[in-house]
Amino acid sequence: MRQLCKGNVAVVKAAIMAGCRSFYGYPITPASEIAEYAALLIPQVGGTFLQAESEVSAINMVYGAAAAGQRVMTASSGPGISLMQEGISYLAGAELPCVIADVMRAGPGLGNIAPEQSDYFCMTKGGGHGCYRNIVLAPSSVQEMASLTMLAFELADKYRNPAVLLADGFVGQMMEPLDLELVEPVVPQKPWAVKGDLETRKNLISSIHLTPDLMEAHIRHLEEKYSECERNECRSETYRTEDAEVLLVGYGIVSRILRSTVDLARQHGVKAGLFRPISLWPFPSKALATAAKSAVKVMVVELSTGQMVEDVKLSINGSMPVEFYGRVGGNVPSAEECQAELFARMEVLV
Amino acid sequence: MSEYNVSQCRTPVFFDRFERKDENQHQTHYCPGCGHGVAHKLIAEALGELGLQDRTVMVSPVGCSVFAYYYFDTGNVQAAHGRAPAVATAVKRSNPGSIVISYQGDGDLAAIGTAEIVHAANRGENITVFFVNNSIYGMTGGQMAPTTLIGQTSTTSPWGRRPNNEGFPIKMAEMLSALEAPVYIERVALSDAKHIMQARRAVKKALQLQKEGAGFTMVEILSPCPTILKMEPTVARHWVADTLIKQFPLGVYRDRKPEFEPVLVPQKGVAELLGISGKRLSDEERHARRQHTRAKTIKVSGFGGQGILLLGQLIAEMGMREHMEVSWLPSYGPEMRSGSAHCDVTLSHDRVGTPLVSTPDVLVAMNEPSLRKFAPHVRPGGVILYNSRQLPEDLKFEGLTVACVPASEIADQIGSAKVSNVVMMGALLEATDCLPFTTAQAVLSGLVKNRKLAEMNEKALEAGRNYLDTEVLVGAVAGPDGCGE
Repeated sequence: MRQLCKGNVAVVKAAIMAGCRSFYGYPITPASEIAEYAALLIPQVGGTFLQAESEVSAINMVYGAAAAGQRVMTASSGPGISLMQEGISYLAGAELPCVIADVMRAGPGLGNIAPEQSDYFCMTKGGGHGCYRNIVLAPSSVQEMASLTMLAFELADKYRNPAVLLADGFVGQMMEPLDLELVEPVVPQKPWAVKGDLETRKNLISSIHLTPDLMEAHIRHLEEKYSECERNECRSETYRTEDAEVLLVGYGIVSRILRSTVDLARQHGVKAGLFRPISLWPFPSKALATAAKSAVKVMVVELSTGQMVEDVKLSINGSMPVEFYGRVGGNVPSAEECQAELFARMEVLV
Repeated sequence: MSEYNVSQCRTPVFFDRFERKDENQHQTHYCPGCGHGVAHKLIAEALGELGLQDRTVMVSPVGCSVFAYYYFDTGNVQAAHGRAPAVATAVKRSNPGSIVISYQGDGDLAAIGTAEIVHAANRGENITVFFVNNSIYGMTGGQMAPTTLIGQTSTTSPWGRRPNNEGFPIKMAEMLSALEAPVYIERVALSDAKHIMQARRAVKKALQLQKEGAGFTMVEILSPCPTILKMEPTVARHWVADTLIKQFPLGVYRDRKPEFEPVLVPQKGVAELLGISGKRLSDEERHARRQHTRAKTIKVSGFGGQGILLLGQLIAEMGMREHMEVSWLPSYGPEMRSGSAHCDVTLSHDRVGTPLVSTPDVLVAMNEPSLRKFAPHVRPGGVILYNSRQLPEDLKFEGLTVACVPASEIADQIGSAKVSNVVMMGALLEATDCLPFTTAQAVLSGLVKNRKLAEMNEKALEAGRNYLDTEVLVGAVAGPDGCGE
């Protein structure tokens, strides 16, 4: 049966359903409800919730729990995510699976607590040091806050890598029906974990490789893993793209707005369509190129000054103009504003 | 072979050969005369004697001891600079039966990792910290440590440590002993055989306490670093005895358990906890069950504390129960009352696109500022519900239905200003016919347990509906500006 649920709360419920019994975090608006509900719920199913002294500690606790074989997660927003980057690099380097929810707010610096999508670069390109990638999933509804959280746990374990739920303040704060079905989580064996027993005594979790050859071999191994992930894990969604002459591209809350913009534009006789990446890394380049086949123009909308648009341009590879419209600072454009911006950029077509 | 009696051999807690090392696998990477070798040996022997080898996880962070995993035949986790106590915290909590050691140098523990060690100690984590204090950075080549002595030169304190520039050496054992939770903190020195034997007892005691589940234990080990201090190994040991100990007095700083009653959390099943019940319906099944409902976009606005967000939530909840697609989006901000608050609610028969309501079908304005702010955006043919007996004189709206409902006044008459939002809900349902009244009653009665408040809610809902029906709508139709005056 459906329950009216806040996006941030749905993350915690989904984590519990996915078998996560470890949460280490630090409060920050607009992600705090994730820590609050984890504190309330996870101990009731025998799990561990701990409020760390900082995001730096929180992500290193995540590292410790992941090393010990747990399904573990944390959640934060902009400034806290910056503090976690060191730990995320170590997690990727040591090949430890975990889930990190980033409910994005406006930045840089303290910025404000209103929604933005300005952590795209630091999450998809690697905000920490070294050649690594995060698996990044972008929910656009409360139901997806749950379903993509569960998927994030699955992919993190599959690839032994951090997986990021990249949400924004709106998706985190809004309430929508959430429909959950009780299923036993499938948690894979982790023979590499260090559990403090005879069986795992021989195991070592580390990201240090002193000699250049060994370091290179390790980086090549990670590279191969990321390639496999790119081959298998691209996810996206389209809306009315079959005959679209202009393709709108947006993720998260923006994809919801653009869905309405597509309908508005079509009411005005403009054949618009929507491409919505669900996995931001790996970026669904092929699917995007396919969706853009009938289009003569692409317009990317983000709550940033232009981050994902770079990946869109790489996917389109110069075959048509890629326009950009961004709002920042916590300002979110309405469907009507997006339509006006679209029409202003396509005088030729109208 | 049998003519030899082995009286002393290397503890099996060390690997026979250090195969994780790239070269020279029969010897450690530590310099001659370094204290780490001795400290490692004391720990390994204690683990062996206590029978803890299989259960042990060694957490080694950045510093010369980063390669502790070359030597200890135990579980090993390498950690980021200073973060070992945080990592160890979660390793231990994940497997409470394990024996978790955080082995840290002075830069690691007392500089970059100060927050982590203080808070792990303060939480009373059941881990053992071995803190090797040699007053200098070793691995990075002789920079100043937080424990470098006054006047002591290093590559980053070339004029000697100056209190006016770098402050004083930090005393971790003393500092951590100011906390409530730690059960055992001792400072020892690897200066000579006698002190090494005392160190041996301290190391074993700390691990024994962890084995018993006693709580946080730490042994600070003053240790020689001949290479960086540019001293002969024997001279370096004397320096520890004569100079370092003077700054960092040896002794037991803490040896008691804090008294408290643990608070346990009641346990629940997952389904009950997460509110999972009933069968999951397909979209088609849900749509088939839908009664009379109308799709609407609604903006609810007013002061914080007027129940603005709750009113929006109640409408969304009702829509959901009537098998509609719904969304509720709050304006969120620093938690406070009396600021302005608003929320957007979408009731739809299809998947909800944008949850932002920029041009609402219905505006509920619980105060004048929000009426002025949002009324110009109401869709032609839309409805405004305003919490007052009349509109401000300067406002006129063409092509809209405006209903002035003094919800606060009505709520006061019912007995609580709190229910003014429910009065407005009654008026909204009557004015828009978007959802059945019976659903509102069901949602409200499920919301409050307090009987008095439940009765007031019921009255408020009915009063809002009646007011609109009898006082407003009759006149509203005739009013030239859509207002029921």
